[in-house]
Amino acid sequence: MKSEQMREAVMKVLGRIAPEADLASIDPAGSLRDQLDIDSVDFLNFMIGLHSELGVQIPEADVAKLSSLDGCIAYLLSKSAAS
Amino acid sequence: MALEIIEKKLADLPVVPNMVDYERVRADFKWETAGRELEGLPGGRGLNIAHEAVDRHSRGPRHDHLALRWLGKQGEVSDFSYGDLLELSSRFANVLKGLGVEKGDRIFALCSRVPELYIAALGTLKNIGVFCPLFSAFGPEPIQERLSIGEGRVLVTTEALYKRRKIEELRKSLPRLEHVLLIGNKGPSLPGTLSYHALMAEASAHFEIPPTDPEDMALLHFTSGTTGRPKGAIHVHQAVIAHYVTGKYVLDYHPEDIFWCTSDPGWVTGTSYGIIAPLAHGITSIVDEGEFDAERWYRILQNEKVTVWYTAPTAVRMMMKVGKETARKFDYRNLRFIASVGEPLNPEAVFWGLEAFGLPIHDNWWQTETGGIMIANYPAMNIKPGSMGKPLPGIEAAIVHRHKDGTVQVVEEPNIQGDLALRPGWPSIFRGYLRDEKRYRDCFAGGWYITGDLARRDPEGYFWFIGRADDVIKSAGHLIGPFEVESALMEHPAVAEAGVIGKPDPVIGEMVKAFVSLKSGYGPSESLQMEILGFARTRLGPAVAPREIEFRDSVPKTRSGKIMRRLLKARELGLPEGDISTLESEE
Repeated sequence: MKSEQMREAVMKVLGRIAPEADLASIDPAGSLRDQLDIDSVDFLNFMIGLHSELGVQIPEADVAKLSSLDGCIAYLLSKSAAS
Repeated sequence: MALEIIEKKLADLPVVPNMVDYERVRADFKWETAGRELEGLPGGRGLNIAHEAVDRHSRGPRHDHLALRWLGKQGEVSDFSYGDLLELSSRFANVLKGLGVEKGDRIFALCSRVPELYIAALGTLKNIGVFCPLFSAFGPEPIQERLSIGEGRVLVTTEALYKRRKIEELRKSLPRLEHVLLIGNKGPSLPGTLSYHALMAEASAHFEIPPTDPEDMALLHFTSGTTGRPKGAIHVHQAVIAHYVTGKYVLDYHPEDIFWCTSDPGWVTGTSYGIIAPLAHGITSIVDEGEFDAERWYRILQNEKVTVWYTAPTAVRMMMKVGKETARKFDYRNLRFIASVGEPLNPEAVFWGLEAFGLPIHDNWWQTETGGIMIANYPAMNIKPGSMGKPLPGIEAAIVHRHKDGTVQVVEEPNIQGDLALRPGWPSIFRGYLRDEKRYRDCFAGGWYITGDLARRDPEGYFWFIGRADDVIKSAGHLIGPFEVESALMEHPAVAEAGVIGKPDPVIGEMVKAFVSLKSGYGPSESLQMEILGFARTRLGPAVAPREIEFRDSVPKTRSGKIMRRLLKARELGLPEGDISTLESEE
């Protein structure tokens, strides 16, 4: 899967958790939690959403790598390349 | 079911606990005597929380002792000795005085766990103002309601939250809110706001705490009921006696302890135990600005050499999901005692603590209204996993049945379910709900404070939580009033009716779920579902907004129009029809 498709998938999952957020204006390097006003529980749901959308298993220990949009895409790409 | 008891042997404990013999301490305990362990204002001028938490230590041998270590999100560290806190809290008290803020005025804070929050709290108490911290994940509506009920005169917040929570807009409906102090703004001030830092720099570092009556109002904590607006529970300065006593007997503070309470001051635990109790004992308290992250937390426990840790079941369950292998990668040789509060800790979690940290997790029970821990598992007392423990020395707890005529019958027989009730009279019991005398009075019957929780007491005197007596939702340890959520949903143009329940969730206890019926002309669709969800989040913030919305043709109500949340919940849980019909006729 290409970076652009991955980005779209991440946006789709985020859009279901924080539908009010202006996803187009996200700073891709900044913290998703801070920018989108999502809390720990939302973030857990984000991980679950990524799993059901992309079939990627995210070990809880890797969660910190997914704190920004860029981080998410890089992590998910590395996972899909490895599988 | 055979119950496994975790036995405590004094010889196994690394430090002799402050309370070795529960029954004996309980038999001898008197609040008047306990209060003498605090200093009181010099010259017999009363009792002030900030004096006990800061001034008395900073004017003695603890002047240079580390009081607060702040850990920033990005790895920053700031240390504050008791001497530093003396200076900074005095400056903030002078800032308030300079603004003409008087005794009893309410000072609200809306920010993440930054050092300024702690300084504002202590400075407010010095100036005999009333400190009211709001959780930073609240949206504009919960903020507006609380500022309005609490008649906030000053708000301390950040520029980012001022904009995101639309405070400027809210101020039009908050005529009493005179001053907004912004933390961390670098550029020119936003119109109508003041710079916290500029005011602090100009203020004097010397402040003498005025005479303070132990019954003077000190803290205002909001909590939620089933119906109506949020309730502002009033606490007074002598609540510090209960904070001190519970720090001593429940959290077992010793002079060289490094204590970490993970709760946010926006919730009562984060104020009573994240600010006051450890400082009242002159020990070191860790404050972490970051959100939950298992590995970060383990690293803090290890690197900061935390000895006593106070956390919450939701966090424990999240750590359990990560797995004990991760937890075991770190070194907890300094950690001596783990406690948890917020909702009942399931026995698996108590045992998980043993596997992950080599220590059981000690559950305890209290609520916003009680101001401090009331029922607990103590270091030297055997644990019955799943039980909240036994009442604190000085606290009389009972299971009661409340009759319709207002009388109360104490249930002496063990293992009978009833209302958990406490005999009023301890120093940190709430003194009222601000401007809501009726709801305050309704909490008391037959000489008891009725907590709203259902419980049972076993033959050995351990209490076991059963559930809430009302429809209040307990999510991630925090109470959420369904009415507040329903009211916000009803403001959406497509929503005709809304019923909100707590849906059981394995990690957070209960998840806020809304059932919504639509006005004619609107049809259910995923995009409308998302629109309403986003609408609710914008108004209520992520901590209060529903996480799930389901459309229904109608929302069940009683003949008098009351939403039957219990029926919605029964249906959600797939309870048998028989149960449902009983519920319906009862309503």
